[in-house]
Amino acid sequence: MSDSAHATSYALTDSWTMTRRELARWARQPVAVAVNLAFPVMMLLMFGYLVGGGRGVSGDYLDYLIPGMLALTMAFGLEGTMVAVTRDLERGVVDRFRSLPMTNGAILVGRSAADMLQSVLGLAVLLAVGYALGWRAHGSAGAFLGAVGLLLLFRFAMLWVGIHLALVAGKPEMVQAVQILVWPVGFLSNAFAAPEAMPGWLGTLVQWNPMSQTATAVRDLFGSPGGESGHVGAAVVWPLVILAVFFPLAVRRFARLSR
Amino acid sequence: MTDAAITVEGARKRYGDKHALDGLDLTVARGTVHGVLGPNGAGKTTLVRVLSTLLRPDAGRVEVAGHDVVTRAYDVRRRIGLLGQHAALDEELGGRQNLEMFGRLHHLGARRARARADELLARFGLADTGRKPVSAYSGGMRRRLDLAASLITEPEVLFLDEPTTGLDPRGRAEVWSSVRTLVGGGTTVLLTTQYLEEADQLADRISVVDAGRVVADGTADELKAATGGDRVDVVLRDAGQLGAALALLPLTGARVDADRRLLSAPVTDRMAALSGVVRALEEAGLEAEDVALRRPTLDEVFLHLTDRAEEAV
Ligand SMILES: Nc1ncnc2c1ncn2[C@@H]1O[C@H](COP(=O)(O)OP(=O)(O)OP(=O)(O)O)[C@@H](O)[C@H]1O
Ligand SMILES: [Mg+2]
Repeated sequence: MSDSAHATSYALTDSWTMTRRELARWARQPVAVAVNLAFPVMMLLMFGYLVGGGRGVSGDYLDYLIPGMLALTMAFGLEGTMVAVTRDLERGVVDRFRSLPMTNGAILVGRSAADMLQSVLGLAVLLAVGYALGWRAHGSAGAFLGAVGLLLLFRFAMLWVGIHLALVAGKPEMVQAVQILVWPVGFLSNAFAAPEAMPGWLGTLVQWNPMSQTATAVRDLFGSPGGESGHVGAAVVWPLVILAVFFPLAVRRFARLSR
Repeated sequence: MTDAAITVEGARKRYGDKHALDGLDLTVARGTVHGVLGPNGAGKTTLVRVLSTLLRPDAGRVEVAGHDVVTRAYDVRRRIGLLGQHAALDEELGGRQNLEMFGRLHHLGARRARARADELLARFGLADTGRKPVSAYSGGMRRRLDLAASLITEPEVLFLDEPTTGLDPRGRAEVWSSVRTLVGGGTTVLLTTQYLEEADQLADRISVVDAGRVVADGTADELKAATGGDRVDVVLRDAGQLGAALALLPLTGARVDADRRLLSAPVTDRMAALSGVVRALEEAGLEAEDVALRRPTLDEVFLHLTDRAEEAV
């Protein structure tokens, strides 16, 4: 069998093996997984009950906050992806994989699959907690699924940004920098407060934040306060644009590990 | 098909203006152990990364197990094992899980991957700790697991990049005996090291590498012979007599090491030199603790060769 034909016939098996590797890591570190899932819940409770209602938000704050927290969790996923990829690069595990007769792309596919799975779990937990607190989606089941789809699409875009950043700057110091920087970027959104209540330029910036687009569209689909119709398009296009830039960049960077 | 398991011709790799490989040539015969000996920054890791398809050379021809590492990387990967300079393991997973995963990535299938993992764990004395996460392993255990991971499919060619650096003497002995067993099975091994003793112990042939090139090549004995041949070492009972001994003994080019009460000199005619020294010691009434003929150590060879290479720059 030719080189490439042989390699691609195993693409699926290899991707599955790489995904399973991540699942096995979770099973070994249940506490870390739980902390990861609990973190957005903690944020939700903190902002929902301790910090209290956001500026310029009309209607029930929990209704406003939950879609924001969902979008924020997806955005912060970038950091988790970057940490994982950096760790594998640093430890030389990626090099070992690259020296094996496996489909090299499976390394990235496995990463994506595992991170997406974790995000689905994260969304489910947040939604369940919201439900327990009395929050309800007011739209149709289709709209609900659409909202989840938009959130995952946004996460998928962030995932490839994370992979790219790790490949470009794969040093623990850079990971730390990004871990800090996601906070202002996350907060420069409409997750917690309405942009209308912010000073003009800030409000504009916040409205342009792709995360705000996703949050607004999700609010719209959930029938929550702060939702505006017509944002679904932007919530689809922005992540696709980000993907169109970062997916090829990341793939190219990965191929260039051999330079 | 040639007899060479590894052929490197004029390999170059540059990082900025640093030539990590500067026209390196190397041939390793099948079924032999080849030592690549060099100081920090000599280019050993770069060479191993090129050989194991992780890094493309800027220029030169590199073949491993009969296949070009650039154009037939996949064919090379099916035939090699790699033990990098630093352990490349999933720290959070168990030893068995690691090996099983690598087995699956070698496309052994679930059942054979599991069987192979158990086999290797037993062979490397890790059967009892297979379930523990690697993060709980000692340095020696980790290195053995790492070595096991590079042997999943009994590779034709095995690369070991400083396999024992950082290990205690026991860990080192364990790795050495594993390597010896492997070679018995017909695997070709290329091993890099900074320890001359390691090259001497394990390698059939040695290439001394410095600044990205091979500066000397041969068996350990050939290398020793190339650097000045035999020496006679005289250890005196009293360091105060070293000066007198230096003046009276029939030796030229002698070196004195006061701490070890040692006088060491190159010799050409071994027996004549030995009897001459013993006679002169008796006549002068100097008390010697030891008089011995010996070949130069690889340390001396190594220092000699790498110093010379530096001077040539
Ligand atoms: N990725 C890199 N970027 C820049 N320079 C590099 C890179 N990798 C290696 N070098 C340089 O190339 C030279 C050879 O490095 P290499 O790691 O191959 O040496 P080595 O013989 O393995 O050394 P050591 O014994 O310390 O492991 C060194 O000067 C090193 O600084
Ligand atoms: Mg090295």
